[in-house]
Amino acid sequence: MAVLKVKFTKTRRDKLAQILWILNWISVVTGVILFSLGLFLKVELKKREELMAEKDIQYVPNMLIAVGLIACIINFLGGKICYDCVDSTKFLRWKLIMLPYIVCTFFFTLCVLVGALMCYSMHWELEEALNLGLMQAMRFYKDTDMPGRCFLKHTVDTLQIQFQCCGNSGYKDWFQIQWISNRYLDMSKKEVIDRLRSNVEGKYLMDGVPFSCCNIDSPRPCIQQQITNNSAHFNYEHQTEDQNLWMKGCRQALLEYYTHIMQSIGLTVLITWLFELSVLTGVRYLQTSLENMLRQGDPDSESDGWLLENSFMETARTNLSIIKSLGKSNQINTANNGDPNIDVPSTSKAHYGPDNVPPKEKMETS
Amino acid sequence: MVVMKMKFPFQKRVKLAQGLWLLSWCATVAGATTFTLGCLLKTELRRRAEVMANTDIHIVPNTLMIVGLASLGINYFASKICQDALDAGRFPRWKNFLKPYFAVSCFFTVLMLLAIIMSYAMKGSLESSLKAGLRNGIRFYKDTDTPGRCFQKQNIDRLQMEFQCCGNNDFRDWFEIQWISNRYLDFSSTEVKNRIKSNVDGRYLVDGVPFSCCNPSSPRPCIQYRLTNNSAHYNYDYQTEELNIYLRGCREALVNYYMGLMNTIGAGVLSIFLLQGSVLVSLRFLQTAMEAVAGKENTEIETEGYLLEKGVKETVMEYLDPVLTFLLLKNKVQEGTAGETTTAPA
Repeated sequence: MAVLKVKFTKTRRDKLAQILWILNWISVVTGVILFSLGLFLKVELKKREELMAEKDIQYVPNMLIAVGLIACIINFLGGKICYDCVDSTKFLRWKLIMLPYIVCTFFFTLCVLVGALMCYSMHWELEEALNLGLMQAMRFYKDTDMPGRCFLKHTVDTLQIQFQCCGNSGYKDWFQIQWISNRYLDMSKKEVIDRLRSNVEGKYLMDGVPFSCCNIDSPRPCIQQQITNNSAHFNYEHQTEDQNLWMKGCRQALLEYYTHIMQSIGLTVLITWLFELSVLTGVRYLQTSLENMLRQGDPDSESDGWLLENSFMETARTNLSIIKSLGKSNQINTANNGDPNIDVPSTSKAHYGPDNVPPKEKMETS
Repeated sequence: MVVMKMKFPFQKRVKLAQGLWLLSWCATVAGATTFTLGCLLKTELRRRAEVMANTDIHIVPNTLMIVGLASLGINYFASKICQDALDAGRFPRWKNFLKPYFAVSCFFTVLMLLAIIMSYAMKGSLESSLKAGLRNGIRFYKDTDTPGRCFQKQNIDRLQMEFQCCGNNDFRDWFEIQWISNRYLDFSSTEVKNRIKSNVDGRYLVDGVPFSCCNPSSPRPCIQYRLTNNSAHYNYDYQTEELNIYLRGCREALVNYYMGLMNTIGAGVLSIFLLQGSVLVSLRFLQTAMEAVAGKENTEIETEGYLLEKGVKETVMEYLDPVLTFLLLKNKVQEGTAGETTTAPA
């Protein structure tokens, strides 16, 4: 009892082969698109790798790149096969390869699906990486004289300007770290010494933020220093003021940006997966209908195409038993203590009739 | 006195027609490119329209767009004419069309060259327009509550950050205007009152700049206020400090940007001009060579082609006469009748 049996006349088979040829070439193009999307994501992640802690998130773009390349190769091969399938003599060339090809493509489409799901699951790892990374970057903001960290100030400033954000969760993160280097603090001044002493770790903390936190859309000139001190500025209320600085935290801003990219890529990969699956189904039908046609012997005859010859359970059983016997063929027969030289009489002997039958008498006429 | 006479055997004529057909299609694409370049330049100029006092510079992209569209038409007809040129039966129908066609084509080709020259020549006009526009922008920076000017602050801040510049000529322009609105000044404070009194116009001037002048590449946190006061900041020398804020003026930055853009576009349009010119010259040679064949039995004879039948000056007058009579600048008819009436009685 075959699964999803469909009758195929000769013209239908030819049309199917031609359509599949075109679809395979379209799939090559989608494979290239996947590859370039993976490359784009890799570049975007690398651009901000200073702001991300050492988490392994590069596996997502690497997976996309690999999947894209393999899709190109598989669909290129599929296109060649389908092109040859129109002619039944050429099909004989590919007859033995087709079934393994279909099995490989089936597992490959599973990989594509896994790739799509990974795009969506990257969200949480990315958030953690950004949280740690931004915290580190803000801590080393002042270290513009240390090799390896001297560009962090520039990176954080341009990030805050470009993404219109301030700090890790919000602008108050800047109050908790010393972002002004000791090189620019006048240690002889009383005010500086008092501030350093008031802190347990001897850090110069202030309720001020760097200039890159300033909101361009604010109607008044930017208030960067003494932000929590309402009396220090005229007509200023710290609690209600929301246009002076960027209110969004940079972690959230970057996460939104990357999530948006990931969702678009994930959607594209899902559509590619559905497309690949439909192409695979078509190739399977083509293979089975051509094989049945060969079995019948007449190239112009009508043949059946199906997805599976027997029902799903039977096919699974037969495949499992094949896999089991593959394992068994390596085992030595332990019946005669493992010695293969002893003659074991065959139990299923062919019957040629009883023994000791005299030969037939010659004809009496002779 | 014929200008640039050349001999054209039959094979050469055929090759000329074929080459011209290809060339005219390339020139059509080039015409579309000119139009696109004009649109691009116009878009870029419009993006910063708030800091330009006048729109005189827009004549360059407008001319490019007109020339681009015209060259599409010119080259389309050129390809049609050269297709019909080798066919003795179909070529005569273009006879009356060709004279005005060449006049119009020459006009637009010269206009293309003019556009290129203008893009270099209008640098001064662009600079003065930007100078006035930026001066106004900086002056109205504080007026975020005045309708019509409330976005000046945003525009100037974005401009300074994007082009990495500060002020009109340089950052000192900010010292000469009041860029902090009175709404945010505490008039009860003595410091504010002193500052306003010390100024003739009663303005609150500071030696400070807005935050958008700050340079992110600076190793130290940005110093915006009391820039000229070395003792106000630790380890700071105003004369030698060059990484703190952007030292370049926005006018210079914008002029450099637009001149760079126009130079690149000008180089492209110059090559398109040469291509268009070669199309017209080839078409003229083909036309004159084919006209000599007309009416002859053997169409494969060798003929002569030329650029101009008469000299340059005579040809120009020949084309300008109908234009001038149309514009009534030359009253030929009246002169003729006056001469007749004077000679008749005698």
